[in-house]
Amino acid sequence: MASKPSIMIVDDEEIVRTSLSSWLLEDGYDVVSVESGKLALEELKKKNYDLMLVDLKMPEMDGLELMKEVKKSLPDLPIIIMTAFATVDTAVKAIKEGAFDYLMKPFDPEEISITIKKIMRQQMLEQENIYLRKELAKQFQFHQLYSKNKKMQEIFELIKNVAKTDVTILIHGETGTGKELIARAIHAESLRKDRPFFPVSCASLTETLLESELFGHEKGAFTGASSMVKGMFEMADKGTIFLDEIGDISPKLQMDLLRVLETKEIVRIGSTLPIPVDVRVIAATNRDLGKAIAAGTFREDLYYRLNVITIDIPPLREKPEDIPLLIEQLIEKINIETGKSVKRVSEDAMAILMQYRWPGNIRELKNVVERSVVLAKEDIITLHEVGPCVGRNIKDTVSTGDMSLENMERNHIAAVLKNNNRNISTSAQILGIDRTTLYNKIKKYNLEEDKK
Amino acid sequence: MDTINIPVRVSSPIENPVYAFDPGRKQYYSTKILRYIVNSHRDSALRTIGIMSVDIFIPILTYVFGEAQLDGKAAIVSGARLKQEYYGLKPDKHLYLERLFKEVMHELGHTFGLTHCELQHCVMRLSNNVAGIDKKTANFCENHREQLLIKLKELEIQYGE
Repeated sequence: MASKPSIMIVDDEEIVRTSLSSWLLEDGYDVVSVESGKLALEELKKKNYDLMLVDLKMPEMDGLELMKEVKKSLPDLPIIIMTAFATVDTAVKAIKEGAFDYLMKPFDPEEISITIKKIMRQQMLEQENIYLRKELAKQFQFHQLYSKNKKMQEIFELIKNVAKTDVTILIHGETGTGKELIARAIHAESLRKDRPFFPVSCASLTETLLESELFGHEKGAFTGASSMVKGMFEMADKGTIFLDEIGDISPKLQMDLLRVLETKEIVRIGSTLPIPVDVRVIAATNRDLGKAIAAGTFREDLYYRLNVITIDIPPLREKPEDIPLLIEQLIEKINIETGKSVKRVSEDAMAILMQYRWPGNIRELKNVVERSVVLAKEDIITLHEVGPCVGRNIKDTVSTGDMSLENMERNHIAAVLKNNNRNISTSAQILGIDRTTLYNKIKKYNLEEDKK
Repeated sequence: MDTINIPVRVSSPIENPVYAFDPGRKQYYSTKILRYIVNSHRDSALRTIGIMSVDIFIPILTYVFGEAQLDGKAAIVSGARLKQEYYGLKPDKHLYLERLFKEVMHELGHTFGLTHCELQHCVMRLSNNVAGIDKKTANFCENHREQLLIKLKELEIQYGE
């Protein structure tokens, strides 16, 4: 610690405040003393403290109440509770409620000296630890992606190599593996990084809407086309367009898209005038396009146009080493968003999360972490929060006779639906898939309510 | 041993400070005695240090070896816990005087604005027991010596070995 560590003394007795503060001043600390909990809370807003020494018995707000209040906004600030009338009960209560230590007045000079030094050393180590962990995480970070996995590191390298050219890239990966983040990383590494990046989810729109979304339309092109609207291809000029779920587009759109890729021109709906566009296309799918070609639902020529470079993202269950790293990053992000201060996941909860198969991949992990952070009562995520999301499913997996992936998926979906009173939106969110996918799976596995 | 080349005047002894006695603790409240010394300090002197045989305390601590006004005029030191016999050991006058000298230097250091030192050998290291006092030397570390010199220069006092 470079600057003087600062200590706040909160005691209603003037004599304690003066004697303790002069002693601590001699010991080289920066000391402020106040006479009530209320003043202490005001003082805490003015500057940062490294330690608080709080008297247990004070009129109005007592030491434990003050500690509770302080812990709400500054959970890491160490607090020593001091009292002239120590009982085992109050000591246990103080420690249970988060006091670093509990000291009886008057203090043995040796004891208080050692306690304070211990706190300062611990704080220094904690700060150093946080710094080192962040530094370490940087090693595994590539834009918004984090991974220690060898395959993923190879993907990051590949992106660096191909991003600066304009080749079309096809990203293949299960739902929730972060296909859009990969696309964004490619864009960020490319020469187009200062130009727009437009993600389009091809599955979420009807054919006509998607067509208009991509290519734009002229005024009066169809009912409701009250003015000319530019499409994504035009707006993304000199930038990147990301076509997610490309396997879901109609044969007509497949043809239109192929034409754009070949001619680098688009034609708005209701017009015949070709407009040149300079757009890099990145497409993604969770389907096996090879099979779709064989089945005649996907054009082979478009497939080869899109598939100049393929990036195959491994599912989360194939890279369990990333789970703790991702959880750490997610907790940090969600803490900021929600104002919580969750620090880590308990060991047993982490073991469960590592075993789980994550059918919804990182998106599902994100949902589980989000729910757990919000539900966590302390600064640690326990089985209590994690269990309802994944624990039950593990039991199912173990007890089921049919261990096929399909059967597991079916059971998992059925369990999630049942736990959420068949609420599709909630279930889809927990599963980390969109509602359409969930509907398709319900149909596929015969999980309609009346049939169950 | 470090010395501060300043002439020392020994005042006449003061009465037993009954006003500072705490019957509950059977000790003397050091701050009250320090206040008495501060009041009797004369401006002809640079600093006043009171040395007493009684055991002293401040309310928050079970005992203190001494107390000083940080960057102030006066300090006090108690010899009560510096004597071997306090711990049931054979009296050792030489050791007692050595400890007393270190604590006097330490408290005077405080009156010149010095705070505690992390270094084992520096006289400004905080000692909570006699073993700690015995481990440190009577000298200031380089850093504290420099601070002291600056302070003395401000006070236009010559400092020498």
